[in-house]
Amino acid sequence: MTVDIKTTSVQPRRNTFAHIARRSGSDKAASRYDEATFDMQPSANFHYRPTWAPEFELFDKRRTALEMEDWDAFKDPRQYYYGAYTIARARMMESTEKNFAFVEKRRSFDSIEPNWRDLLQLYLIPLRHFEWGANMNNCNITDLGYGAAITQATMYATMDRLGNAQILSRIGLLLDNQTGESLATAKMAWMELPVWQPIRRMVEDSLVLNDWFEQFVAQNFVFDTLVYSLVLGAFDDEGQKRGAHGVSLLTEFLSDWHDETARWVDAVLTRAAKESPQNANLISSWVAKWSGIALPALEPLAREVLRNDAETALGSAEERLEARFAKFRTDDRVHI
Amino acid sequence: MNAETKIERKAKKLGLKERYGHLTRGLGWETSYQPMDKVFPFASYEGIKIHDWDAFEDPFRLTMDAYWKYQAEKERKLYAVIDSFAQNNGQMKITDARYVNALKIFLTGVSPLEYMAHRGYAHVGRHFVGAGPRVACQMQAIDELRHAQTQMHTISHYNKYFDGLHDPRHMFDRVWYLSVPKSFFEDAMTAGPFEFLTAISFSFEYVLTNLLFVPFMSGAAYNGDMATVTFGFSAQSDESRHMTLGLEIIKFMLEQDADNVPIVQRWIDKWFWRGYRLLSIVAMMMDYMLPKRVMSWAEAWGIYFEEAGGALFEDLSRYGITTPKYADVASKEKDRLTHEVWSTFYNYTRAAAFHTWIPNDDELAWLSEKYPETFDQLYRPRYEHWRSLQQKGERFYNNSLPQLCNVCQIPMVFTEPDDPTKLCLRSTEFEGEKYHFCSDGCKDIFEFEPQKYVQSWLPVHQIFQGNCGGATMPEVLDWYGIKNGSDNLDYEGSPDQTIWNDWTKSAQRAAG
Repeated sequence: MTVDIKTTSVQPRRNTFAHIARRSGSDKAASRYDEATFDMQPSANFHYRPTWAPEFELFDKRRTALEMEDWDAFKDPRQYYYGAYTIARARMMESTEKNFAFVEKRRSFDSIEPNWRDLLQLYLIPLRHFEWGANMNNCNITDLGYGAAITQATMYATMDRLGNAQILSRIGLLLDNQTGESLATAKMAWMELPVWQPIRRMVEDSLVLNDWFEQFVAQNFVFDTLVYSLVLGAFDDEGQKRGAHGVSLLTEFLSDWHDETARWVDAVLTRAAKESPQNANLISSWVAKWSGIALPALEPLAREVLRNDAETALGSAEERLEARFAKFRTDDRVHI
Repeated sequence: MNAETKIERKAKKLGLKERYGHLTRGLGWETSYQPMDKVFPFASYEGIKIHDWDAFEDPFRLTMDAYWKYQAEKERKLYAVIDSFAQNNGQMKITDARYVNALKIFLTGVSPLEYMAHRGYAHVGRHFVGAGPRVACQMQAIDELRHAQTQMHTISHYNKYFDGLHDPRHMFDRVWYLSVPKSFFEDAMTAGPFEFLTAISFSFEYVLTNLLFVPFMSGAAYNGDMATVTFGFSAQSDESRHMTLGLEIIKFMLEQDADNVPIVQRWIDKWFWRGYRLLSIVAMMMDYMLPKRVMSWAEAWGIYFEEAGGALFEDLSRYGITTPKYADVASKEKDRLTHEVWSTFYNYTRAAAFHTWIPNDDELAWLSEKYPETFDQLYRPRYEHWRSLQQKGERFYNNSLPQLCNVCQIPMVFTEPDDPTKLCLRSTEFEGEKYHFCSDGCKDIFEFEPQKYVQSWLPVHQIFQGNCGGATMPEVLDWYGIKNGSDNLDYEGSPDQTIWNDWTKSAQRAAG
């Protein structure tokens, strides 16, 4: 038995916009994601060349060596348009806030072993600058990338990385009793401490890349897979043994975020590689180039934190990268 | 051990402002493996001198946790209203179907600008050297994406029932009058980061925003469009953040170095005029397209520019900034602008994706009342003439192509500042070619940067050059994506009108 409410019914004359109907081949009602994404970026009849890049159109496919027939093919498996995105992050943040309250109330940081506390200060808090580099890279892709599908997702990633950096900073503020000392120390470590220098160099080198898709591969695939596997994987596991459960509660946002974002990154790379062998080779060469830089760059930090266990941790980070890479690599001559 | 550490630590806890500073600008660093000018290559080519990026005052201290929370809250509410509007056939409850034509202009001409703003702020959000202003720009970049998307979602429902809304993105890149907003925004985006912010954050969002927002959003409220007005309310708090950024960035540039003042003044002059010309179509919409009027364009200009802008520029005069050049011309035009523009669209409505019409008697009376100095003398006779033609079945359509201003790209229909009966025509020569302008304001803009404006993609030139689908009206309309006989022509006799009349009749029957 259903309740039958009578309403005035009027016949729609069409169900969605013409540019979406052309794409799907029918005038069926479109999802909010589709309406928010397809053809949003102007693509023809530009007026003026950018004074900051006169060799290119304002939006120009030639800003990367990658080639796509349809740049809006980079659909986000999470179907994030702005509303869906902010609502998802607000939910995640809500449980993170509960964790912060819990950690503060239960004084969870009191149980951290003193020497691990020092290591946290050394490895975790400077990571906020790595996140800020990731913010800049994703912002740059949003600026120079082609098509609304990928650039809206990199816009969300831009803000995510700022959010991640701010959560790491708040952990610092818990460590230093809200004085900001830990953040100043972390900045110094990032700028001067030898174990951080190869990482900072790799980040700075990625900031000046000319090809935005290479930047996407370097940052969102190579750096992130390795750094997250190491820091939120192996380092965090060690922390569990050293009384740092409270820290894991607070970095859970970053772990969850990384797992979720990896689905999107893999979908983008898979779709790009599927397009053509040329694309697949380009991506493979970028993965090889940047993992060749990132793995040695992370080694000193891994050794400082894990000592003899560093080898295993780096090995499993590399394996994790290999496993994700295997999903879309087509050229197995290239090894990372 | 920990108890001891805490006792040892006597350092002062952070205040809110310092805490925010740590969470944002504290994230940035001076690069050394790559030179700073390679990481930030666009910081100085415009000639703006910044000595201390840290002197930028963060206009709103919003961290991401709070951003996500507030924005998610607003999105939940907005989409609840959009859903309920669709479920209850809200489109049947507006004052009159003629109102929907305002939405057609909005979706094809304004929403794409929101998207462009999103990308433009991403550019500056990456390239400003200071982390503080960069974060402010990034937040605006994602907000603007929000606006572009929520506008598509809000107006999507109207597209199901009314014509002219079905292909906004395709039209934006092609249709003649949409090259006015498109070229405006591309002009800003192709400029350097400081000019972009002066153009959009200051001139557009701060100085002129009320003249864009009030007509559309109040227009929606007055005309029963609950979906659009809800969007307007929902965007309001974003807009106030954006306005604050506009004022901060201007003050920041002016305070950093006295050499910045003349550069900023020139940008303010340019973008005031560019923005004012862009608003012509909004002005026309206000006076002619809202079945229930909010206020007249002349009144809005008086309140939002002459009064509010006057106070603003008085405030900025301590930096040596003066009221934008040609603001006096805009004021001289306020009693004729909308009539000149509506007449133009009445002429060329065959090639437009919205309808035009002759105002009814009540509306003509309203126009006489609001424009006592000009309407009955100059414009009413013209409308009465056209009305009599229409009554004889000879609705006047202009089938020729107008000459466009090389800068604002509006047909050259404006009149001399001191003589509303004489067309204002200006021209200049550059590299052996002659270029035409609607005003001294547009001519000045061209002459300062001719290399830029010779690139203009002028729709009429493009038609003549054979780049718009063909040489005949049906071919060009087809290339535009405009459906002849439904999207274009007079409202009288349009499918929109037929459907509306059917709904109204069945509603009257239902009411008994």
